[in-house]
Amino acid sequence: MTTPPTPRKRPEPVQVIKSRRDGALRALVSGVPYIQFLGIRFDRRGNELTAELPFDEKLIGNPLMPALHGGVTAAFLEVTAIIELSWSLLWEDMEAGRIDPASLDPMHLPRLPKTIDFTVDYLRSGLPRDAYARARVNRSGRRYASVHVEAWQDNRSRLLAQGTGHFLMPTPGPATERDD
Amino acid sequence: MDKTKETKLRVARQFIEAIPHSRALGMQLDGLHDGVAEISMPYDLRLVGDPRTGVIHGGAVSALMDTCCGAAVMSHPDSPAGTATIDLRIDYMRAATPGQRITARAACYHVTRTVAFVRATAFDDDADHPVASATGAFTIERPQRGTP
Repeated sequence: MTTPPTPRKRPEPVQVIKSRRDGALRALVSGVPYIQFLGIRFDRRGNELTAELPFDEKLIGNPLMPALHGGVTAAFLEVTAIIELSWSLLWEDMEAGRIDPASLDPMHLPRLPKTIDFTVDYLRSGLPRDAYARARVNRSGRRYASVHVEAWQDNRSRLLAQGTGHFLMPTPGPATERDD
Repeated sequence: MDKTKETKLRVARQFIEAIPHSRALGMQLDGLHDGVAEISMPYDLRLVGDPRTGVIHGGAVSALMDTCCGAAVMSHPDSPAGTATIDLRIDYMRAATPGQRITARAACYHVTRTVAFVRATAFDDDADHPVASATGAFTIERPQRGTP
């Protein structure tokens, strides 16, 4: 079967796309002091994010074991959930061309969702090692969103903790002008 | 009896103040007795969650709540020294006012042989309108050959 060649728009070079997406992610993450304080980084594969929390002495909650502080685990899950949700909103606007990522800097970002509640289920004590987390937006409505997040250390199938949070969606403001 | 109680409180205070992460957040133990704990932390620019408003990140409030709940469990008369969080739910009622100290107050309101149940509230200078509230379940870690 042969199809006649249809004229297609030439795709953008991969480096251009990558640097645009990485730039948007960097703007989102680097502007939050608390994320820098904990040392959380985000690794991107397409639109999928994995949060990384490199081990540090100041994250210890039990010096005798030693173990990660439960509050650090909670914070890591919450940060991952908020960034995932913000990223999913930013991604859509960016891919649709509604936002120019070049104009984004920490003071000119789309507003962040606000946490309504967050529940952490502690499954294992945190070892003094790096931790990872991935979040899934289960529902993203106009006003509310529900996000689930899982964190692990050495073994992806042996979770350190999981969490669920509800978030209030940002209202479109000056920084997120959109037509819909 | 009073002496063991005193020792227990002293141990808990030392334990809490020796926690590296609590130190990193500048936490201060303001009160601790019979299952009730009060811990506060100063406003700190490093803990900001939204650079445009200067509001402290919810995660830092969670860390404060978790520490305070754990301290409440450890100070309970029926509880041995060790505990770990099983589950913690936090409701964020409003943004903490930038520049103000945040204080958490936790009460361990029920203890069984194996589980401690805790409620907590966090405030800034406006003590009538809590910033956040929390409920949690904590483990009771008993010595291997424990009480009957």
